[in-house]
Amino acid sequence: MQRSTGLLLATALCLSAAACGSSESPSSTAGGAPSVTITVACQPAKSAPKERQAWDDDVAAFMKAHPGVTVKSTDQQPCFDPKTFGPKLAGGQMETVFVVPVTNYDDVISQGQALDVSQYTSLIKNWNDLRPDVRELVTRDGKVYGVPNVHYSVGLVYNRKLFTQAGLDPDAPPTTWAEVREAAKKIAGLGPGHVGYGEYSGGNTGGWHFTQAIYGRGGAVLTDDGKKAAFNSPEGKAVLQNLHDMRWVDNSMGNKLLVGWESLMMAMGSGKVGMMLGAPDVVTDVVNKFKGNVSDYGITGFPEAKASLSGGEAFMINPKATPEQAKAGMEWLDFRYNTVGKGRFDFARGKTLGNPVGVPDNDVYGDSPTGKAIQADREKNATLPVANYGPYVRAAATIAPKAEPKHAQELYAILDVAMSGVLSRQDANIDELLGDAQTKADAMLAAKG
Amino acid sequence: MGIVRRNLTAYGFLCAALFCFTVFAWYPMVREFILSFQKTDLINPPDWVGLDNFKAAVRDPAFGEAWLNTVEFTLLALLCGYAVPFVVALVLNELRHARAYLRFVVYLPVMLPPIVAVLLFRWFFDPGPGLFNQVLGFLNLPPLAWLDSSSTALISLVIVSTWMNMGSATLIYLAALQNIPPELYEAAELDGAGIMRRIRHVTIPQTRLILLLMLMLQIVATMQVFIEPYMLTGGGPENATVSVAYLMYQFAFSQMNYGQAGALGMMLMIVLLVFAAFQLRTTREDA
Repeated sequence: MQRSTGLLLATALCLSAAACGSSESPSSTAGGAPSVTITVACQPAKSAPKERQAWDDDVAAFMKAHPGVTVKSTDQQPCFDPKTFGPKLAGGQMETVFVVPVTNYDDVISQGQALDVSQYTSLIKNWNDLRPDVRELVTRDGKVYGVPNVHYSVGLVYNRKLFTQAGLDPDAPPTTWAEVREAAKKIAGLGPGHVGYGEYSGGNTGGWHFTQAIYGRGGAVLTDDGKKAAFNSPEGKAVLQNLHDMRWVDNSMGNKLLVGWESLMMAMGSGKVGMMLGAPDVVTDVVNKFKGNVSDYGITGFPEAKASLSGGEAFMINPKATPEQAKAGMEWLDFRYNTVGKGRFDFARGKTLGNPVGVPDNDVYGDSPTGKAIQADREKNATLPVANYGPYVRAAATIAPKAEPKHAQELYAILDVAMSGVLSRQDANIDELLGDAQTKADAMLAAKG
Repeated sequence: MGIVRRNLTAYGFLCAALFCFTVFAWYPMVREFILSFQKTDLINPPDWVGLDNFKAAVRDPAFGEAWLNTVEFTLLALLCGYAVPFVVALVLNELRHARAYLRFVVYLPVMLPPIVAVLLFRWFFDPGPGLFNQVLGFLNLPPLAWLDSSSTALISLVIVSTWMNMGSATLIYLAALQNIPPELYEAAELDGAGIMRRIRHVTIPQTRLILLLMLMLQIVATMQVFIEPYMLTGGGPENATVSVAYLMYQFAFSQMNYGQAGALGMMLMIVLLVFAAFQLRTTREDA
């Protein structure tokens, strides 16, 4: 008995190991036409049953319209997770169609982790209406590696309710940094726990927001040839000096360092933070994920903006996909993400589901005919106070988008130090912080070639 | 042949154990060793790059700070995490009442998932309504910035780590203490030894091997500190809490530079191997 138990265990382990290594085999439809199975990322989580049902309905409708194509969905949240991205690709578990944030375009494309989809772009019916500068972000040497899905520029998200309580006019949000500073002081003066202006300082988010701020002031992170750091400049110093003064002179930034994306979002959702740099999706996330009251939030243009860091995401195709899978994947993207009134642009359905509709969180189609049609449909079905986002929409149209610097994550890690320096030390020497960061960045860039 | 047949069950279990170790421990180590000499995107065949990954890791701006922070964290964690559990175990061993209850209380933090414990401490350290500053205020002491100052962030992480890991160490020390023959203490008492002399001349010599083993295990564990800086400080402020393991994570999953992460991992492994070998040799000589 004992002997057989041991053997059984060993056999079971061997069998389970073999099972782990197995893979699906191709098949064909009853009519003999080759069938193809694709996996697609970003199915809503089970905790959002209405959205998930809407997704499943879309999958069913797509499969009905495309006989022979089977769509399998994955609901990993967030859709893109850098921690699992490489291992999933290497282990053959990456979806056929996956999403990549703009921050990671360079890494994914340069490492050959996305398929060249140039020959399939015609499958996206509105391809030519996508903003050319956004398409350029997924293009390398004339080859297209993705379908832009979301694009936005950075603005100033603010809490209208706090503005009112502090005696400020929520319909006339700040347009200069001096006005931001004054407004922050008044909001912080509302009492303990109130923060006039929130900002990140670590986990690479500090460097990311420094880049947003320096771009907005007309500065740069790297020289034009990308070989040297360019942030040790008057614009860079102004960014840090302004933060330092708000934190230590005005005492309008609270006394807690904020590390990581969710820390500031959580604070914003609590309704005690007056302003932060952010895109319209901040409003959506604050409302959906951090229990913020939707009517409290507005967004305006970046103060004194000369340029804006591009944000967003694109869908890419697994480099291991067969031509049939790549074609089916692009058809799915066209159906679900790029058709007016369908899939994610089915705002009427979103309204019936109770989703927040109306946030101008995506200008991937710009003011093209498709973009105008989407915007009109969005406004028609809006469930949110769209007037609150008017200042942002008007400002964003006039600000030039600017792409992230090369080696963004390495640079953000370096710039985190300067950001946390001014926000954690009253005696921080800004020249020294920027000088040290420049030395480190130059060394890193030289090593990267 | 007969012996083999008789021991078939044992071989079955041995194979299963070897299989698990091979797949989940040895193979990843070998793979990491190979990876540290390669440049790979995990898709295309990797390129052999010699020592480039090691050079790049050493040249990283945070490399020196990461090692200094890790060594400082290890020393501070040992100071607290090595001595405190031993003292707690001594006290628990001397108790006559409520010993089981207190043992449970001491071990309780180990049963909490590390993430939960870390999030709990995030609230304790909050410079506003946090528990620690409330206590300081109650004692008429000025508040501290805890995680938000480069001068207190690392020691704050040590406090978290000590609290999280103290229970296991205490129980191991307690088990060792309970194995000391009581007649040794009786003899010492008859010789007029007080409590300090009993600890010095009976307890410590009798638990010497466990103490040395725990020293090695704790150094190996604390040198790999990751969860605390990852969850609480993001390596900041001003890189004051960047550890070697955190930097490794940054290389691999922020910068997608798996080879460089592997190289740094190999460096850490070599340092720990050298230390462990030295420690084992010392222990063997003492034994």
